[in-house]
Order: sequence, then structure tokens, then C-alpha cells
Amino acid sequence: MALLQIAEPGQSAAPHERKIGIGIDLGTTNSLVSAVQSGQCVTLADEYERHLLPSVVHYGEASIDVGYHARDNSNTDPANTIMSVKRFMGRSLADVTTHWHQLPYQFVADSVSPRFITPIGELNPIQISSHILSALKTRAEARMGEEITGAVITVPAYFDDAQRQGTKDAAQLAGLKVLRLLNEPTAAAIAYGLDSKEEGVIAVYDLGGGTFDVSILRLNKGVFEVLATGGNSALGGDDFDHLLASHLAHQLGLDAVAEKQNHRRLMNAGKEVKEALSTADTSRISIQLVGADQSTEVSVHLDQLNQMINDLVKQTISTCKRAVKDARVSLEEVNNVILVGGSTRVPLVRQQVEMFFKKAPLTSIDPDKVVAIGAGIQADILVGNKPDSDMLLLDVLPLSLGIETMGGLVEKIIPRNTTIPVAKAQEFTTFKDGQTAMLVHVLQGERELVDHCRSLAKFTLKGIPAMTAGAAHIRVTFQVDADGLLNVTAMEKSSGVRAEIQVKPSYGLEESEILEMLQSSMQNAKQDMQERMLKEQQVDASRVLEAMHGALAEDGDELLSDNERKSIDHALTSLGLCAANNDIDAIKQAIDAVDKLSQDFAARRMDKSIQKALAGHSVDDI
Amino acid sequence: MMNYFELYNLPEQFAIDLIKLKEHYQTLQKLTHPDRFTTASEQQKRLYLTKNSQVNDAYSVLKSPVTRGEHLLIVRGVELPSEQDTVGDVEFLMDQMEWRESLEDAGTEEALEKLVTDNFDVLVAQEKVICELLSPNRDEDNQAAAQELAKMKFMLKLANEIETKLDRITDS
Repeated sequence: MALLQIAEPGQSAAPHERKIGIGIDLGTTNSLVSAVQSGQCVTLADEYERHLLPSVVHYGEASIDVGYHARDNSNTDPANTIMSVKRFMGRSLADVTTHWHQLPYQFVADSVSPRFITPIGELNPIQISSHILSALKTRAEARMGEEITGAVITVPAYFDDAQRQGTKDAAQLAGLKVLRLLNEPTAAAIAYGLDSKEEGVIAVYDLGGGTFDVSILRLNKGVFEVLATGGNSALGGDDFDHLLASHLAHQLGLDAVAEKQNHRRLMNAGKEVKEALSTADTSRISIQLVGADQSTEVSVHLDQLNQMINDLVKQTISTCKRAVKDARVSLEEVNNVILVGGSTRVPLVRQQVEMFFKKAPLTSIDPDKVVAIGAGIQADILVGNKPDSDMLLLDVLPLSLGIETMGGLVEKIIPRNTTIPVAKAQEFTTFKDGQTAMLVHVLQGERELVDHCRSLAKFTLKGIPAMTAGAAHIRVTFQVDADGLLNVTAMEKSSGVRAEIQVKPSYGLEESEILEMLQSSMQNAKQDMQERMLKEQQVDASRVLEAMHGALAEDGDELLSDNERKSIDHALTSLGLCAANNDIDAIKQAIDAVDKLSQDFAARRMDKSIQKALAGHSVDDI
Repeated sequence: MMNYFELYNLPEQFAIDLIKLKEHYQTLQKLTHPDRFTTASEQQKRLYLTKNSQVNDAYSVLKSPVTRGEHLLIVRGVELPSEQDTVGDVEFLMDQMEWRESLEDAGTEEALEKLVTDNFDVLVAQEKVICELLSPNRDEDNQAAAQELAKMKFMLKLANEIETKLDRITDS
């Protein structure tokens, strides 16, 4: 892991080198990439000046196509043209096949997670997503003419841990450093917030191709505080298309077999009808069925569409209602409503949102681009290009986290809408005399029964000393980071037995699998890798040296005893010597040594800066 | 056990300045949020992730009277009563049953709205009592405050249940 420069908040890391941070909206239907150019965050176009990249990947015998070209194959080679892969992220094969019956893909049958059979081999949703991310990365590099330092990737606010982890893994496979996973509605609020310098309460209604989110935020002096969020990670414009497709099949008098055979054509036609009905009352479309000589014309009226989707739209509105309530604000307090996602072009959606919030929604930024633009603004700040920026995002956990207790019940440990990062601990005890092991089952969701929540991980804490039932005290700590990702540790208090797991969801990838995939994707990479790693370590070493010398000059006399100072100085001298040589491991060890010896010093410096700030100095003086 | 009053540089007492709490929250966020450390060393990232998590937890604890009161008692070394301990309080038990019955009987929006108001009045009175009990740091008063906090917790839980029922009625 590369150590980058240390910069205290509010302090400019001068002399300043401009870095490229990109924002990526990895959407169900379309994806975008953005970056700041001449002070403005803009979405980046391909060589044909197209900004959207359809989230479609076509796998041929010898090629992988992403985007428009891939989408063109969807009618002729549907089995190898993967669309809307985001909907399969972090889900089991059973989830996928029960939710969507008509998928044209071939899956590996005996796999728990969905594995697509393609001409280049079996692929999981994370790998397929990484191919979309690679295409966006290549586009950004070409447009910016420089190497990309890192990316902010957006995810639906309502994504659970498995879906978030999958997204982050996909980025790693694509060779992107993830600066932050950012919730899509929050990204949209940033794009609007900085644009209009609005203050107050904002509601973001985000209906994408496959997901629905609503977030209620308070904006105050550059701080975006998410008050509550809600949604459905399996509801989107795609569902409208499905309804229209069945309607068209019915009108054409197709039986079940013919409907499956024509699935993709009907879906594409459904999409076309939906889009046409955004601006017209009636849409006429001609469909050429598989094996038919000529196409048939069908027409759909807006009223028919409205009737079909009414229940789904109503569902989104009741989610809005709950979010407003969770945020503890009244509807009157909501100053602005932002519409995000292509599906908000559907007239009934706009109408219902406006009716519920009792105000006309803001649409001045293209609803397809607004998320990517917000992500790009955030990325520019996170790579360190705007050290003086006041902007800060305080986001929340979308779904409660808990663990299984007796009787298949879930004990909530962190409730939804808690500001992240957060760490919470809960103590549990043994059920039987002499019990020496305990199974910790981590779940996410709002329901009380284990079966109704999402199972995230199971791990066993072994080696608990045999005691009478109820005597052992097992402390389980949940740490959720700023990406919304969970880390769980468990410890038996009297014996100090520890268990730690990175919660790797059941349908994701193991760290070793990712490394393997990364290595196999690099041709003749070994030599290059070595050289690159040495260079990185040397850069790290010089950064650590520079930062430590700065910190010592500033606070060394005040915060360190003579002995502590001596041992840190000694470690720094060794690091300096190591850095001049070519031994990667030695440099790494020397950095670790400095890290370990300076830990207390770093903590003291942190506490000092906090005390100083709270004692009345403004944050900017520190 | 971290002292959250100390972290927020606030006096160790029940009655705190909520505006100051909010201001200090914003200052602490700007100083410790992980977004400020994306280019920092792994050491700094770990350090500030832990600190920022404490800042968030402290804010949610200090913001609401029940958790603030409980935290103050913990800081003072007073053991909080478990649920079993309050079972012995017959008067409190009777009260709980009465409230539950009224909730069950309330079938109209008006009846539930009245319960909301009644519940709120009780909460306000309880907070006042707790504030007075906790203002000196005397063992006897601390114990009494602990009991009162348990009652307030029940009323908060009840408030949620009333809200849920109210939602069900107004939604249908």
C-alpha cells in the first residue's frame, strides 16, 4: 500500500503538484467518468464526443467490447452481452434467478455466486464490472493526458456491505485506487450544493436503471450532513422496461416460449417506448420478432404506462416519506428537491415527487451526469488539490448491522442512519457450561429475524476458556469506515482471545483471488512489478522522512521525552540509509519501525491539535 | 472508557450547551474526518479513523438526554441498573402497564395524538428531574437518577411505538 504525503488538515501541502482525481458513476444502464478541468468538473467524452458509456460488456472469442459497440450486439448475441451487471453485484445466483426469470445468460449451475459462462471463461459480476471501470479509466487517461491518482466511485446509498465491497474489488481489479466510495444521492447534492451555494435541507430522489435511493441532507457552511437515507437496491427504470416488455408481448399475442426468445428485443422496445413517452402521449414502435419476415407495429399510450408503473412509483414515494421522518424534519423544512437518474424523466415520477414534496424539483444539471460531476468534485478534493476547501461529507449507514442471537433473532449493534465512520461494541456471553467456541453471524437489515436479513459473514471465535454459562464476556466490535465497509473483531475479555475478520461477503472475492487475477492480467509483469515496487517504497520512505522531520521540528521538543526522541531519530537515520539501497523488504521494515515508534507521538500531536481547536482557535489557524 | 465530555471540551454535567456541542462537533469533524486524510500515511489514517468514530459516537451520546445522563453516570463510576433491577419497582411497573393499555386502546388518530402529547409532557418532566438529581454529584442522587433514566428510556421506546401505530393509521 503506497504511503502518500502527510498533510495536516487546513495545511497546504506546498509546493503543490496537481494530481488527477476522477469521479466515476458506475451505473446500471450507463456509466460516466468526470474530472476537474480548468476549475470546472466536467464529464469526459469518448473520441466521438459521447459522454455516456452504456454499462454493457460483450465477450467475443478474442475481444472484450464495452459500451455502445457492445450494446449493438445485444440483439444478435444476447447470451454473451452482459447488461445491467450492477444488479447482480453482491448477490447470490439464487437471488438473481428468482428475481429475474428471463435472463438470456448462461450461468455455472453449481455455483453459489452468479458466474457467467462467456467465450473467455467464467466471469463473476465483479470482473465484468471491472471491465467497465477499465474502459472509463482508459478514457480518463486519454482525456487528461496523465496518470490517474485515484477515483471516487459512486454507489447507491442503499447498497449493503456485500455490494459495496464488490464495487471496491472491481476497481482494484481495474487498477484504480479508490479514494472513496460515495453515495450517489450525496454526490448529486455536492454537484448542486456547490453550484448554487444553497443552505438548508435538500431531498435527493434518485431513480436509476436498477436502484432507487432517497437521501435527506442538511447543508451548512460546506458541510453536507446526510440525515437519513432509504431506498431499494432492486427497483429501477429497468423494472419499467420489464413491465412494458410483457405488455408488448401480450399485445403481440406471444406465448411464454416466444416471449423468452424475444426477451432482449422486447426489452429494447420497452425502453424505447418509455423514453418516447417522456415527451409524447403516445408511442408507436415496430418490432421485428425473431424469425419473422417483417416487423409488427404496436402503440402504447402514456396512460397505459402510468397504470403499469403506478405501484412501483407509489413504493418510492412511501420510502421518501419514511426517510423524511427518519431525518426528523418536516416536509416544509425541505428547501430543495433534486432529481437524479435517467428514470426521473418519466412524467409520472416527476409528477408524484412534486406532489409529495410540494415543490418543483431542481433539474438544471443533467440527471444522467449529476452524480458523476459530484464524484469528480469530491475526487479533486480528496487527491489534495484543494487543501483550503471547507467541504465535508458526513454520510450514514443505510442499513442496520447486527449479529445473530439465540432463537434466530438479530440483535442490532449499529442502527441505520448512524453517521459513519462509527465503531460500536456489544458484549455477549456463552449459553452452555464449558462452551469454548462461539459462532458470530453478522447480518445487515431492518428485520428482527435472521432469515429476513442479509447474511454478511460468519466466523468462529475459538479458545474461550471453559466457564459456567454466562461467565464469559465476548466483546464484538463493529467498525464501519467512511466507505460504509465493515470490519468486525471479537474478543473474550478475561482471556484476551481475539478473532478478527475483514467481512468478506459470501458472494464476493477473497483477497487472494483478487491478487491472482491482477497478476494474471499483467503480461511479463514480474520485472516491471519489482522495479515499480522499489520505486514506490523509496518514494514512501522519503515522504515518511520528510513528514517526520517536519513533525519533530514542530512538536518534538514539546511532546517527546529525550529517550523517545532518540529512538525515533535513530529509526529515521536507519530508514534514510535503507532508502538509498535496493532492498524492498528492508525499506518496508524500516518504515514500519518508524511507524511503530512514532505512533504515540502521532496520537499526541492529534490530541494537541484537537485541544487547541476546541480551546477557541478556529480550525483554519492550526 | 472514553470521557466524551472531555473529548468535546464541555463541562462534565448534565445540562450542556447544545449549540456549543454542535459547534464543537463541526470543528472536530473538520479536524478528524477520514476525507481529510486520504493522502496521509496508513498510521495517520488508522489514528484518525478511530478518533473520528469516537467523535461521532460521542455526538450521538451527548445529543440526547438519556444517553448523556447514562454516560455522565458511567464517568462518575456509577453502575447503571439492568432491566431486571427495575422490575422490583412496583409503581413503575403499574405505570408501564397503564401506558401500554392506553396505547392498545387508542384506535383513532386523535387518541394517538393525545398520547404523543402526554408522553412528551412526561419526558420533559423526567428530564427536569434528572437534571436536578445529577447537578450535585452525590451518591444517593446518582442512584435515583439512574432509576429515573430507566423510566425515561421506557417512555422513549413507547414514543416510538405510538409513532409507528400512528403511521399505520394515517397510511391506511
